[in-house]
Amino acid sequence: MLTAIVVCFTTALIFAFAGKYLGQMGTYLISLLPAGLFLYFLSLQSELVSSGEILLNYSWIESLGIDLSFRLDGMAQIFALLICGIGFLVYIYAAEYLKNHRHIDRFYGYLTVFMGSMLGLVLSNNLITLFIFWELTSITSFFLIGFNHRDLLARKAALTALTLTGGGGLIMLVGFIMMGQVAGTYTISEILQSGDVFADSIYLGLIILALLVGCFTKSAQFPFHFWLPDAMRAPTPISTYLHSATMVKAGVYLLARFSPLFDGELYWNEALLLFGGITMLYGAINSIFKTDLKAILAYTTISALGIMVLMIGIGSSTAILALLLFIVVHALYKAGLFLLTGALDHLTGTREITRLSGLRTKSGILFVAGILAAVSSAGIIPALGYHGKHLIYAAAMETDLLSFLILSLIVAANLFIICAGFLVGIKPFTGRPNSGNAPLHPTSLLLWAPPLLLGVLGMVAGIFPSYLEAHLLIPAQTGITSVESTAHLHLWSGFDPVFWMSFFTVLGGVGLYLLFRPSHRYSNQLKSLEKISSRYLLEQIIRGTKNFFYFITHLLQNGYLRYYTAVILTFLIFLIGLRMNLGFVSDHQMSFPVDFTFNEIATVAIMVISIFLAVFTSSRIVAVASLGGVGMCICLLFVYYSAPDLAMTQFTIDTLTVVLFVLLLKKLPTYLTKVDTGLNWRDLVISCTFGAMISVIAMEILLTGSVVEGISSYYAENAYQLAKGKNVVNVILVDFRGVDTLIEITVLAVAGLGVFSLIRLHMSVDS
Amino acid sequence: MEIILAVLIGFMYAAGIYLILRRSLVKLIVGLIILGNAVNLLLFLLGGITKGQPPVIGDAEKLLAGVYADPLPQALILTAIVISFGLQAFAMVLLQREYIQGGVEDLDNLKEEDEEK
Repeated sequence: MLTAIVVCFTTALIFAFAGKYLGQMGTYLISLLPAGLFLYFLSLQSELVSSGEILLNYSWIESLGIDLSFRLDGMAQIFALLICGIGFLVYIYAAEYLKNHRHIDRFYGYLTVFMGSMLGLVLSNNLITLFIFWELTSITSFFLIGFNHRDLLARKAALTALTLTGGGGLIMLVGFIMMGQVAGTYTISEILQSGDVFADSIYLGLIILALLVGCFTKSAQFPFHFWLPDAMRAPTPISTYLHSATMVKAGVYLLARFSPLFDGELYWNEALLLFGGITMLYGAINSIFKTDLKAILAYTTISALGIMVLMIGIGSSTAILALLLFIVVHALYKAGLFLLTGALDHLTGTREITRLSGLRTKSGILFVAGILAAVSSAGIIPALGYHGKHLIYAAAMETDLLSFLILSLIVAANLFIICAGFLVGIKPFTGRPNSGNAPLHPTSLLLWAPPLLLGVLGMVAGIFPSYLEAHLLIPAQTGITSVESTAHLHLWSGFDPVFWMSFFTVLGGVGLYLLFRPSHRYSNQLKSLEKISSRYLLEQIIRGTKNFFYFITHLLQNGYLRYYTAVILTFLIFLIGLRMNLGFVSDHQMSFPVDFTFNEIATVAIMVISIFLAVFTSSRIVAVASLGGVGMCICLLFVYYSAPDLAMTQFTIDTLTVVLFVLLLKKLPTYLTKVDTGLNWRDLVISCTFGAMISVIAMEILLTGSVVEGISSYYAENAYQLAKGKNVVNVILVDFRGVDTLIEITVLAVAGLGVFSLIRLHMSVDS
Repeated sequence: MEIILAVLIGFMYAAGIYLILRRSLVKLIVGLIILGNAVNLLLFLLGGITKGQPPVIGDAEKLLAGVYADPLPQALILTAIVISFGLQAFAMVLLQREYIQGGVEDLDNLKEEDEEK
């Protein structure tokens, strides 16, 4: 399994670089990849059925419990087959749809990375690797939605999708980490068996919340749904693959995966029922008021995802079976409808439903594909969709909680979904041919074959439902709920209540289709409601955040050097003050010193006067002279306190500094005469506080600190015996710490070079 | 005496920082120099000061014994003095260049240079 994923990523990498040179041939070649993977997963089927699951484990980051651990069970198998199977159709479809596109190599590169990540997501048996693949699908989705990067709206849609799905994923990561901490492992199969550990944990509520946010954003549940219709800016093959058949189902997949763990806990079921229900109804009602074929499909997808979440919320064996079947059903008919939309777009150059009509004579074969998909979408016998609807009704009737309400909501949503399916699959082909259309492009094999194939598949699987049920659905369902469902798929199950419900829904849906005329008027009216939508809220939050940090950045990063210094110092004062507030080690009992001589006091006094002069003089030469005075006084202090070497160095260096300063003074500006009293006072406060703090710290150290014995005495004892030098300071510098001195000289040399080149530099005047 | 020196050092810090916070180019340099001296003096003070006992081994002796000034801080400060000179010299020349090239004498005007180019 790891091989399958690695192959995807390497192929993507190779194709990203070599795709340009392979041309059209390359796009056909790379389509073999999903086909091969599909066969590979099919070949695992017999082993899977006999053993129930296939486990693979590669240690990765053992210390953190993160392994490249994979597990193929019934549900993962369904997803893997869908990903590869529909992937294959999308690949060959796109080869024609995007023929001669400039960036076809990129397209297939992203798409293949996406396929690998999606496979990794459903196969992962480790929370952290699952998260990585999860976010990888969000990122590839970002690139694919924004594939037409010159389109402003596409870029915006890509960003919205990434913000929501990526952000939701991050929140989910928090939940994952809490799960890992509670269960003591990140391995999913072990977590699922940890039983009551979660029910007893105080983190249960937070874990469920994080998981729900992550899954709801990914699977476009209300109120995070709005990124999905926006994402229809992507090329149609992408919408088919990512935003209908596979990626958006990742959230549903994860909810189903963890439903055994959380079913019946806290608000899990209630939340799923509530949000699934709202999403289902909201998506369904919105769908028929759109005029763009893809927008209609986007909203029915949202609605379908709502139904799936609703099923997980019910959580019974029948509901899970219904969920799994509906995932397959929906993937088949929705992919078919999307591909059909792309083909129509290619044929006529428009996706506006109001401008499409009477195409049955022009493209009969697409009409057949459209009917098949619409029939399956409506759940008319004998299409696979019929069985899907059937199980959903059966599951809803079984519930003891609000059974009637749920049932009637599902019926209501279905009315709209049926209507929407007909609008996309049948409406463009009926009626009078529209004379205003642009000249038609002929439809090629690769554009009509995939949707037709999906339609036929849905029909065949519907006529022989037991095959699908036995090999895929039952193993997957028993993997989630231990009890096998009592409901089974039959092509004809008699006139039971479920049948009648199905029958009347279809009747109602078709009736709605016949009565309803799509128009721009409705979609415009809906737009006016957007002020109160969650999208508006998100946009406001983003704008607010941006403005806030714009303000903060301008406040802090204003480019004034003095300001930076002041901020740093103020913060330092604050920090040191905080520490000083905790108290001092010494007891402050320091007697006033009397151990000074006249010379010392005189020196200090001269220094104080010089510094005052240096600070407040208005003449630069006085300032420089005062500096010299300060330096010489320090030199004297060194002499008093037994540091002859320092005194000599200070004397030399200070002289040099003053000389250099005076030399440069001629070309330095005179003092500024601008006076800002307020600022001066502020700076005076800052600098005096800081200076006082330094004094206090110095006294504190003098009173309490003790110099570590041993280092100095080592030098004192060995300066002569080892290094044959009598001046210990010199010996330390040139012998014991000789390398340090060498580096110091290097630094000085570099500074010297800098000074030299700056002086000699004759910069050419910039034009 | 230590207390007097500690207060003196605090005063030097205050003076240096106050000058660095000025707008004038030259005051920045003066502040930098005072601050450099203050740091050296602080290190020297904290290393412990001893009168009249330089860390030099007598002619007849083979090791430094008895009371003596700690040679280690002195070695460190010697390095620091030299390095701070390197820094000050470079800063002086750099700021002078800036003045000659851009005619900027007010540090607040340095801000705009980047944006114009």
